[in-house]
Amino acid sequence: MDLLKFVTAGSVDDGKSTLIGRLLYDTKTIFEDTLEQVKLSSEKRGDGHTNLALVTDGLRAEREQGITIDVAYRYFSTPKRKFILADTPGHIQYTRNMVTGASNADLAIIMVDARNGVVEQTKRHSFLVSLLGIKHAVVAINKMDLVDFKEEVFERIKQEYIEFTSKINIPDLRFVPMSALDGDNVVSRSEKMPWYNGSTLLHILETTQVSTDHNFIDSRFPVQYVIRPMSNEYHDYRGYAGRVAGGVFKPGDEVTILPSGFNSKIKAIDSYDGELEEAYPPMSVTITLEDDIDVSRGDMIVKPNNQPEVDQDVDMMISWMGTKPLVPGGKYHLMHANADARCMIKEVVYKMDINTLHRVEDDKEIKMNDIGRIRVRTTKPLFKDPYTKSKVTGSVILIEEGTNNTIAAGMIL
Amino acid sequence: MSYRLTHLKQLEAESIYVIREVAAQFENPVLLFSGGKDSIVVLHLAIKAFYPAKLPFPIMHVDTGHNFPETIEFRDRLVEKLGVKLIVASVQDSIDKGRAVEEKGINASRNGIQAITLMDAIEEYKFDCALGGARRDEEKARAKERFFSHRDEFGQWDPKNQRPELWHIFNGRKNFGEHFRAFPISNWTELDVWQYIKEEQAELPPLYFAHEREVIKRNGVFLAITDFLETAEHEVPEKRMIRFRTIGDATCTGAWESEAATIDEIVDEISVTRLTERASRADDKRSESSMEDRKKQGYF
Repeated sequence: MDLLKFVTAGSVDDGKSTLIGRLLYDTKTIFEDTLEQVKLSSEKRGDGHTNLALVTDGLRAEREQGITIDVAYRYFSTPKRKFILADTPGHIQYTRNMVTGASNADLAIIMVDARNGVVEQTKRHSFLVSLLGIKHAVVAINKMDLVDFKEEVFERIKQEYIEFTSKINIPDLRFVPMSALDGDNVVSRSEKMPWYNGSTLLHILETTQVSTDHNFIDSRFPVQYVIRPMSNEYHDYRGYAGRVAGGVFKPGDEVTILPSGFNSKIKAIDSYDGELEEAYPPMSVTITLEDDIDVSRGDMIVKPNNQPEVDQDVDMMISWMGTKPLVPGGKYHLMHANADARCMIKEVVYKMDINTLHRVEDDKEIKMNDIGRIRVRTTKPLFKDPYTKSKVTGSVILIEEGTNNTIAAGMIL
Repeated sequence: MSYRLTHLKQLEAESIYVIREVAAQFENPVLLFSGGKDSIVVLHLAIKAFYPAKLPFPIMHVDTGHNFPETIEFRDRLVEKLGVKLIVASVQDSIDKGRAVEEKGINASRNGIQAITLMDAIEEYKFDCALGGARRDEEKARAKERFFSHRDEFGQWDPKNQRPELWHIFNGRKNFGEHFRAFPISNWTELDVWQYIKEEQAELPPLYFAHEREVIKRNGVFLAITDFLETAEHEVPEKRMIRFRTIGDATCTGAWESEAATIDEIVDEISVTRLTERASRADDKRSESSMEDRKKQGYF
């Protein structure tokens, strides 16, 4: 079976949680005892109906306030596919959680309330979807029941959205009119919208092709861990364990090790289940080399004719997550492709206005939930690619020294 | 050539990555092992992750003293077969030392006290990361967990303050006295675990398979008669064909009526089941926020 990871984003009250509850309910994934608990909770709250949104709101505070605070991962499957859903909050102060959920998603569902159309949050999330390199998005125009299932409303919102997103890049974009509350076009086709000829949401989820989204061209193997048994049977064995970040590796391949620049050949690609004839993303394997070279965690195995950029000056787009604003000239810890370094913010190039997708003119203070472009200088060179080319070698996180909190997600330009 | 992995192979690759990352970032990790199917899978994945070297860290069992004897027997046999180092942290010892107070009465359980024994063991052995088999599909409060979950010096989990986890970059940095929990099979469902066990032909304690046992029914749940269970006058034991879907303490793990005696039959049964895995866990039923509250106190 196949696997799809997707994220849901939208403004509070767009009906996102209801949609998820509906998806789980109609695919018969909601278990009876969960539904029983939800019924009881709904009664206690005086909801008057079984509030499907409560299926996903897990924490005490959320249940009390009726909103989703953190990223909740939900799992369901149909005979066609297994799904991992990152349900992310719509509130502005939890943008960091949406970025988290979106970072590993193949597809995004962007919720729009049919009564309100495209709002600020929709634009912010759409931009983030594109920034995080999600190639497939479904704009779910929800609550169609509250606008009498009118085609004009759907078309108008669709146009509004397309105009906004002409500035961002989402290669595979689709629109579905739905009513999560009643179930129209979520899992089953709606009889109330005969003018709509597209697929239901679930059909899109089941059929969108994502295995081809990996980068099979640019060979990148960040060394994560060195395996040295030092046992009698494997006395001289040195295996470089890690996850293939890009490209295809085979035994006999000529490779270059960074940062040393030494060349060697792959002796074998090992796994517990035997030697492999090839390794590609996202496999976790162990590579052994013909030559006895000193390689350690943080190094990278690549092919001689296709190497990443090696540089200490790094330009990146960032999503700021820390409570304290970015300190120009500030020093942070940085993690990139199993390597650690420190860095200093050399320049804040600009802060972005998510609504217009233009640079903010007079303000360069990057605070929580801001998006901006910065340049940093690292204490040692990174073996990097643009994020648009390779997510693993194109992504970094910044960590605040002292608190150790992750305070920014960076996408290398 | 098609470069596609099945969902199980993808999940396996992700889990191995997480386990290796723990070994790389932490100085003194430990793998928490309960003898249940999830920890068996995590141990299996860990063996794979470091092959052909031995496991670079020990495994630890927080033993409540209320385990089914089959669980203990299985644990000891597996440990010997794999050649891993086992540490047993005893809840009974914690009670004897006055570190924990035993619950009394008919619904008494040692489940909550485990957190104290666990925290004490972490401090004693100076473990800086504990790997466990928790999954996000298991329970509401676990749906929000990270792969790398930061715990403060009291072992507490603060839901409002968890670090964002981006891509597969895991921030395991910590200050003195803090530690981490790591959950490599976070993205696996109960069905995934069973399908993997089937594919790998992994060995399991016999409790998971249908067998006849004396049980009583309490609050809609079948509980097995063991030395640890207190029963009331009106609770009359009867023999039933049952199996366990999740294995916790003998006092709070409910049994299911089932005929599934092989892994294939179990997989079939789970595929069509209408009740969650933990529906028979009396410890979860104590309140709506049972798991969340326990996590805040340092539980798994």
